[in-house]
Amino acid sequence: MEITQQDVEKVAQLARLAVSAAEKETFAKQLTQILAHVDTLNQYDTAGIEPIATVMGQVNVFREDLVRPSLPSEMALANAPEREAEGFVVPKIIEER
Amino acid sequence: MSLQKLGLVELHKKFKAGEVTATEIVRSYFLRISQVEPKVKAFATQAKEAALVQAEGLDRKLKTWRKTNPLTGMPLAIKDNICTEGVLTTCSSRMLQNFVPPYDATVIAKLRAQEYILLGKTNLDEFAMGSSTENSAFGPSRNPWNLHCVPGGSSGGSAAAVAAEECVAALGSDTGGSIRQPAAFCGVVGLKPTYGRVSRYGLVAFASSLDQIGPITRDVADAAFLLQAIAGHDPMDSTSVDRSVPDYMKALQKRDLKALKIGVPVEFFTEGLDPDVEQAVRVAIGELKNLGAEIREIHLPSTGAAVAVYYVIATAEASSNLARFDGVKFGFRAKETKDLLELYMKTRQEGFGPEVKRRIMLGTYVLSAGYYDAYYGKAQAVRALVCQDFATAFKEVDLIVTPVTPTPAFRLGEKSEDPLQMYLSDIFTISANLAGLPAIALPCGFSKTGLPIGLQLIGRAFEEETMLRAARAYEQATQWHLKKPNIR
Amino acid sequence: MIFETVIGVEVHAQLRTNSKMFCGCGTTFGLSANSQTCPVCLGLPGSLPVINRTAVDMAIRAGLALNCTIATNNRFARKNYFYPDLPKGYQISQYESPICQHGWIEIRGGSGTKQIRIRRAHLEEDAGKNIHETGTSGSHVDLNRAGTPLLEIVTEPDMCSADEVVAYLRALREILMYLEVCDGNMEEGSFRCEPNLSLRPSRQKEFGTKVELKNINSFKYVKDAVEYEIKRQTKVLNEGGTIRQETRLWNIERGETAVMRSKEEAHDYRYFPDPDLVPLKLDDEWIEGFRADLPELPTVRTKRFMSDYGLPEYDATILTASKGMADYFEVCVKQFNQPKTVSNWVMGELTRELNNSRTDISASPVTSERLVSLLQMVDKGTISLKVAREIFPDLYRSGKTPEQIVQERGLTQVSDEGALAKLIEEVLNKNPAQVAQFKEGKQQVLGFLVGQVMKASGGKANPGKANDLLKKKLSI
Repeated sequence: MEITQQDVEKVAQLARLAVSAAEKETFAKQLTQILAHVDTLNQYDTAGIEPIATVMGQVNVFREDLVRPSLPSEMALANAPEREAEGFVVPKIIEER
Repeated sequence: MSLQKLGLVELHKKFKAGEVTATEIVRSYFLRISQVEPKVKAFATQAKEAALVQAEGLDRKLKTWRKTNPLTGMPLAIKDNICTEGVLTTCSSRMLQNFVPPYDATVIAKLRAQEYILLGKTNLDEFAMGSSTENSAFGPSRNPWNLHCVPGGSSGGSAAAVAAEECVAALGSDTGGSIRQPAAFCGVVGLKPTYGRVSRYGLVAFASSLDQIGPITRDVADAAFLLQAIAGHDPMDSTSVDRSVPDYMKALQKRDLKALKIGVPVEFFTEGLDPDVEQAVRVAIGELKNLGAEIREIHLPSTGAAVAVYYVIATAEASSNLARFDGVKFGFRAKETKDLLELYMKTRQEGFGPEVKRRIMLGTYVLSAGYYDAYYGKAQAVRALVCQDFATAFKEVDLIVTPVTPTPAFRLGEKSEDPLQMYLSDIFTISANLAGLPAIALPCGFSKTGLPIGLQLIGRAFEEETMLRAARAYEQATQWHLKKPNIR
Repeated sequence: MIFETVIGVEVHAQLRTNSKMFCGCGTTFGLSANSQTCPVCLGLPGSLPVINRTAVDMAIRAGLALNCTIATNNRFARKNYFYPDLPKGYQISQYESPICQHGWIEIRGGSGTKQIRIRRAHLEEDAGKNIHETGTSGSHVDLNRAGTPLLEIVTEPDMCSADEVVAYLRALREILMYLEVCDGNMEEGSFRCEPNLSLRPSRQKEFGTKVELKNINSFKYVKDAVEYEIKRQTKVLNEGGTIRQETRLWNIERGETAVMRSKEEAHDYRYFPDPDLVPLKLDDEWIEGFRADLPELPTVRTKRFMSDYGLPEYDATILTASKGMADYFEVCVKQFNQPKTVSNWVMGELTRELNNSRTDISASPVTSERLVSLLQMVDKGTISLKVAREIFPDLYRSGKTPEQIVQERGLTQVSDEGALAKLIEEVLNKNPAQVAQFKEGKQQVLGFLVGQVMKASGGKANPGKANDLLKKKLSI
């Protein structure tokens, strides 16, 4: 299937990835090429095949409901690109009121 | 004999016997690093100060109470996508250029408990996406055998560091061959354990259902020794398997391969396989036969689908795994953005390199509404076929032998313009990840151009012992691992 | 035109686990920002989730109580979207295989009972909080709540009025609180409801355009918001307008809904199975074990309270609205078999004190034993009902037993005939006019005289006895 530059734009929006005009062109071409290869999967008959959930077939892996120490907030915030007091800071969210 | 000529097992023996101090080891390694690192560029971060302080502390402690663990004082290099508390963990990405994890990966906690010494963090393709380290945001590493060639990837820095004797051994991670391919390119040993054998907790995820941490070492015994230290169940990783860890060193003791059936999948010996590689692998198979193994031709009919399956599943998982890099809680944030949407869009545009973006785009596309079944659903179903192929084969044979790569190391820049060609070069290693099986790459000769060639053995799930035993017997019989590069 | 309202409800109930859904951080409300986080719930690179077993158990129990089918094979999926309060860029939720499906609960309304179907209930992790303080240039993100286990419960569009929505929410909340899987605190956001609502001309089959309502944190606001929205949509449609598919926030101050975001650009969440977690396989033994252990649920208990204790529906409903209160009531009745009396006290004096001090009945300083001994003292005539009522606040606050209080204050009822006779004598002497009236046949004066005896005794006189003695005395 041909991936158009509009497709690239749509996907880039979903992935929150700004793309330049040049990138749009390159990605459209490369994704078309790669997906053409992926389409070769249609040669394989998978009727009745259960897609695998986990390769090792494990189920029911749990932890018990026990509280463990949290990180000190200083450590939690240490890598923040921008912080104020005890919060991570982002540009004002205008969607909500 | 200088210290860095010793492998891990030997260095451990010498250290345990008190014939060398941790400080001597660390000084010797940093001397070596200072000599060859400018050419090889294996490291993203060096931890010289901390390593020396730690070594001196160890030596002081050992003076009064000589008790050592297998890795006490052993100088290791760690791939820079494995979290080390207090030490930069960049994934060779601009996105994490300044990221200092507040916690240790489980494998690091295990090594630390054994008092290993961290020499530094090694270069990789950004977020482990690539086969050459050319996708590192901080520049590629070089192949010690030929500095114009790539060391492979994505664990290229770890493989190059081991080959160049800049560390005694290293850890890498393998999603589609990222341990085995660079090991083959650099003439060292690389082992990808069974999925679930080693904890992924603290490994920055590329593709969660495929990633596995493993050792890159000078020889097979060292691989067994290091695997012993990192293997085991981890309650912090739901996909890690609760099964006891066998004694891998003991498994190496049996030298002949009688009663072992080894399969040769015809699908792996097709067009596109470099004649030097095919020749070396065929000779190696003969050697395995000489050692007593029964060689059988087998079929893995879905092999041709592996690359396509892999690039759908791996990119889908990656597109989601990499969503957390959004400039809010950690990592890079683009400057001067007018609102939240622009902050996201620009941060990710400026923070990620081209290959990562390409895979995020591909992964987002295959999961998006209307395409999920055709791509992701289909790929998961074909993945089940790949698993079935192996299950059938392993009813007949105990091990499978294949080349690691279709060609020896390629030159820098040779493939970076053609992503599909780059992807296709992973063809021999990917299947083991899709089926979760253990696989090892070890040296089996050289090309006419003097570049190392790798042999791959794939085993049954959780049967690393059989694989290690055969690999060790082959290594002892051939001694390819003793050849060292002359770095210039 | 006449429109019919079609309402479905989505509830997010926080499960009462000690630790979060996928990590060991606590779930305490109201801590200082980002002090209840770890690599997992911060979404730090390399961290991995592990499922909290208790959250799964709670979901199964809730599902059974909601008459759902429990999916023996289910798993977690990633819901991918970007938002600052979502640290990983995806929420771990359940998509194709929710743990509970196809249930129903019964609600009672003006026109009898009605079944509301539950479409699904699934486990997921909560997001953090974005804090928008006015006057600052940016928003703050607090991830303390991120990763708290939630059960999202979705109904079919089976409700048609604000009252039904409130009845459904009350019933659901009661059930979850009965099971002790949710604390039901709406103000703190442990029980969040989002009605979605559409109108269609009556007799039309197709649904109208759906509007989702958010930011509703009390039953009163649920009613107000839904009623407002019905009016608003009716007006728009009657004026020939169209309803937009959107999310609207309830504005408390203005008492109206206002658009939050338009859903015209549909989200593409790119759900896929979370490869970091393995599937859940719940065997029948596991599920049936919980079914056997399920407590008696509110509607069943209400009916039993009416039949077993002969309580009016009103009493039975109020008493069974909380498991703690119903349990308290039953413990009391076991020791003091006058259900209506116990009911009056529990619903009256006790509830008033509990409400005033914002205390849960489980922590009531007046334990069931103390209430019972108080009631027994009244029953035996040791104290009067009036005294019992008067000392109740003291009993509640002082931590003393009823016997102690009665003794300390000398409140034991005077039933001794000699003592009463003396009091009556005094009263009759002081009120000759009334005595004369009584003797002329004015029977109602007797009440006044009894009152005077009570007053003279400081309320301690046994009113029944005083009455009898007075009559005797006057008829002589």
